[in-house]
Amino acid sequence: MSDIAKVQNAVMSASFLKRFGPWLLLALGLIVLPFFFSSNIAVYTMNLMGIFIIFALSYNMLLGQGGMLSFGHAVYFGLGGFMSVHFMNYIEADIFVVPVVIVPIFGGLIGLLFAVIVGSFSTRRAGTVFAMISLGIGELIASCSLIFVAFFGGEEGISADRTMGPEVMGVDFAQDIEVYYLIAVWAFITIALMYLFSRTPMGRMANAVRDNDERIEFIGYSQRKVRFISFCASGFFAGIAGGLFAINFEIVTEENLNALTSGVVLLMAYIGGVGFFVGPIVGAVVFTLLQTLLSNYTEIWQLYVGVLFVSTVMYAPQGLTGLIAMHIPAFKMKRLRVLAVPYVRAGIPTLLLLAGISGFLETIHHVRSAAVGETTMSLLGIEFDTHTIMPWIIIAVLVVVGGYLTKTQMPQLREAWDEANAPLKSDEGGAS
Amino acid sequence: MSSAIKLDELRKSFGPTEIIRGVNLDIKKGERHAIIGPNGAGKSTLFHLISGRYNLSGGHVSLNGEEISNLPPYEIYRKGLSRSFQVTNIFPILSVFENVRCSLMWSEDYKYSFWHLVDRERKLNDRAAEVLEEIGLTSRQHVPAGVLTYAEQRALEIGLAAAGGADVIMLDEPTAGMSHSETDQAIELIRRITVGKTLVMVEHDMGVVFDLADRISVLVYGEIIATDTPENIRNNKAVQEAYLGVEAEHA
Amino acid sequence: MFELIFFSLLNGIVTGLLLFMLASGLTLIFSMMGVLNFAHASFYMLGAYVAYTISLYLGFWVGLIVAPLVVGVLGAVVERYGLRHVHRWGHVAELIFTFGLAFLIEEIVQFIWGKDTKAYHEPEILQFPLFTFFGQNFPAYKAFMLLISIGIFIALLLVLTRSRIGLIIQAAITRPNMTAMLGHNVPLVFMGVFGMGCALAGLAGVIAGPALGTFPGMAVVLGSIVFVIVVVGGLGSLGGAFIASLLIGLLQTFAIALDYSVSDILVAFNITTDAESAFRDLWTLSLPQIAPILPYLLLVLILIFRPTGLFGKRES
Ligand SMILES: Nc1ncnc2c1ncn2[C@@H]1O[C@H](COP(=O)(O)OP(=O)(O)OP(=O)(O)O)[C@@H](O)[C@H]1O
Ligand SMILES: [Mg+2]
Repeated sequence: MSDIAKVQNAVMSASFLKRFGPWLLLALGLIVLPFFFSSNIAVYTMNLMGIFIIFALSYNMLLGQGGMLSFGHAVYFGLGGFMSVHFMNYIEADIFVVPVVIVPIFGGLIGLLFAVIVGSFSTRRAGTVFAMISLGIGELIASCSLIFVAFFGGEEGISADRTMGPEVMGVDFAQDIEVYYLIAVWAFITIALMYLFSRTPMGRMANAVRDNDERIEFIGYSQRKVRFISFCASGFFAGIAGGLFAINFEIVTEENLNALTSGVVLLMAYIGGVGFFVGPIVGAVVFTLLQTLLSNYTEIWQLYVGVLFVSTVMYAPQGLTGLIAMHIPAFKMKRLRVLAVPYVRAGIPTLLLLAGISGFLETIHHVRSAAVGETTMSLLGIEFDTHTIMPWIIIAVLVVVGGYLTKTQMPQLREAWDEANAPLKSDEGGAS
Repeated sequence: MSSAIKLDELRKSFGPTEIIRGVNLDIKKGERHAIIGPNGAGKSTLFHLISGRYNLSGGHVSLNGEEISNLPPYEIYRKGLSRSFQVTNIFPILSVFENVRCSLMWSEDYKYSFWHLVDRERKLNDRAAEVLEEIGLTSRQHVPAGVLTYAEQRALEIGLAAAGGADVIMLDEPTAGMSHSETDQAIELIRRITVGKTLVMVEHDMGVVFDLADRISVLVYGEIIATDTPENIRNNKAVQEAYLGVEAEHA
Repeated sequence: MFELIFFSLLNGIVTGLLLFMLASGLTLIFSMMGVLNFAHASFYMLGAYVAYTISLYLGFWVGLIVAPLVVGVLGAVVERYGLRHVHRWGHVAELIFTFGLAFLIEEIVQFIWGKDTKAYHEPEILQFPLFTFFGQNFPAYKAFMLLISIGIFIALLLVLTRSRIGLIIQAAITRPNMTAMLGHNVPLVFMGVFGMGCALAGLAGVIAGPALGTFPGMAVVLGSIVFVIVVVGGLGSLGGAFIASLLIGLLQTFAIALDYSVSDILVAFNITTDAESAFRDLWTLSLPQIAPILPYLLLVLILIFRPTGLFGKRES
């Protein structure tokens, strides 16, 4: 082989890796995850995570990509779920027999159908009017679901049995781990499709409409139509997520399409970072972990989620992904090391402070909600009596010392940050 | 020659106040036409009426002989009229490259496609690179458009208007707020990109106007008081009183 | 029938005026700051809880005065240290912030007061039927609610039309940028209006708590309805909010009182229905059943056909 060919090969494989590397990694990760996390609770968590990832990504097609703030996205998720549950029942009743693996498609289609109906009038404007219509539709469908019992099953919802369909390659989905792989395949496909969508002319114009919906009309595009198409696509993928939810839990209730679920998906996408394609994935992972793991340790986990959400909106509007992305310039300049020591020095007292605060909240909560006479509680494996003075002293010390040290470390951290992000010397020379 | 834009008794009121008061204008194909007038005369409003941003209160607009009154802006664009804005109006979060590429999308016939991948479309990307080269922003193509300097944003603004290859281009004060050298560059740019096309522009800089325009219309208080060649406009009594005289006093 | 209409009318007005206490604050905040405050009903809830706690120690009447003040101060703090900070990220971020705040306040309320309904009662001197009409009682407490609501309505009207601050507020509503030019301290006005709106919501909570129940879900129950009102009335229109409040109040009470169902109509037209069909829910649909969805139906219809609302000029 000539040298030129070698170089060309190297370049080609580099660009190949660059283009397909992340996808191979994702596929590999999805395949091997259950080998590392094989407990029931882990599989349960991962299944939920997969569903929420699709759901949150579909939400971000609206908020992050298209600039539409929806307070009713659960409608499409929930309707997809209900449709899928009905389809599973049709399969069981031999009315319409298809393998259960393709049931989410029908969820997606009903999501699409409703998105077409709602989008036809709600996408005329973005901003507050869109947000209000989405809220109204959300409340409307949620209240309807309690009235139309035949389709929604009232308070109990509708349940089904996912194992009744024809087996696919000898798998009948009796096991959660089998459902895991079903969800994983769907997640891979839909993540890829949603990513590719964002790279099409339509996806690009969705971004443009988010940035400046007026100008887009002067380069040939109707803002309404761009929003409408994004909205439909988003409803379709939300419906698929709902279908997977139905398969995984074998029950769908009103709760899956009400305002709370709509709020949760907004929260996931926002905490993860709506400005990045992977943001909602990060958000869905973090939220699911909080929901399934944190709730094992504390009853007030939702309070923490609320605090996390509000602080994200206030201090990190780019979300967790944005916090990570902030470090890319320093990383490229190979200066992350500058930040390491200040991070550790500021991080430890911050952790102490947070531990103190959450210790305070937990102890208060325990004192107020525990049965009368029940005064011992345990935090992080430490047992103590809430009616003695000692725990309170420790909490106070943690808060005061942690808070004070954090405060003293901040100037150094800021300095290190500026240093790490200062433009390279050679750049300055080059520019002049 | 046939007309590119024809305005017939055009009127626009905001509430009780009439801003455009019966404008008749015939802009020929291929000419460079400047619209001048004092601040608040209604020049931008006229642009908004022609390009579909505002609905008309009365009268008609036609483009290449075809009626376009009250059509939405995107329909008018598709018929071959493209414009820039006096107040910079770009896509601030998208990269400069992305801005340009988006403005090419319709003319390259992608419509609302979600079955093409933009990064694979060589012709589209090459075209975008060409436009960037033309407006001198190649070195800045990867930064978000919102962080460009003012002059760079103005260049991008012109680029967005010109990229799609429309045959009528309307520029609303393209050089406003630019320094002398920047203005010269911008004028060069405008000259290059409007070869063989119809140009309508609002401009305050008289040097630029008399240099660039084939014909000039003077808009005062929502009425066109004169349309003529630069020399005739310069010597027109009414214009001197209503407009150029005022300018001279200011200076 | 007459008694039914009479009591529904009275109850509808009580509910409507109560809703207006929330809607007026929300409208003022929106028209001045451009923010639809999702957490508005949360301040209503805080009002009820704070008043409850105060009433345990100092009685109902102290709570009636102090709780709205406390809530108003809380609102001002939220504006000063939360909203103003988020403002720089734009309107969508502000909307999301208030949304998150609503979520957070609900959690905080559950943390402090627990999940159960609180035994927050009307004061004893108001625990008697004011009058009896066709054998049906009208409780004195409802009359008291009515009185307070009307009082607030008149006070608001006077403040807005007669006082200096009212004129500034009106100016700010019609010309958001003008007031700053006139040399008024706009951030301070914003904080004041936000605080006052929250105080009004708090007052509504104080008087509604004993009647409608004091529980962690009370904000959600009312929150969306109040949104419906300000949108239906026209974003930024106080008059519209007033009409819409009464409309929604009456709509809800009448829909619950009049127990007609679709099958009644069908029977009137001699149409028989199949009790087993998939559409059976449709035939048995009754007015009380669809009462909760009526406001949202109205909202969606209004937004489709008249996005500016009944009396609004602004389209956000
Ligand atoms: N949307 C609107 N509502 C009410 N009045 C408007 C509106 N747009 C423009 N006007 C008024 O119309 C008049 C003409 O405005 P226009 O922007 O067209 O002037 P112009 O000739 O472009 O001035 P300039 O040289 O300053 O750009 C002004 O008095 C302006 O206040
Ligand atoms: Mg102008």
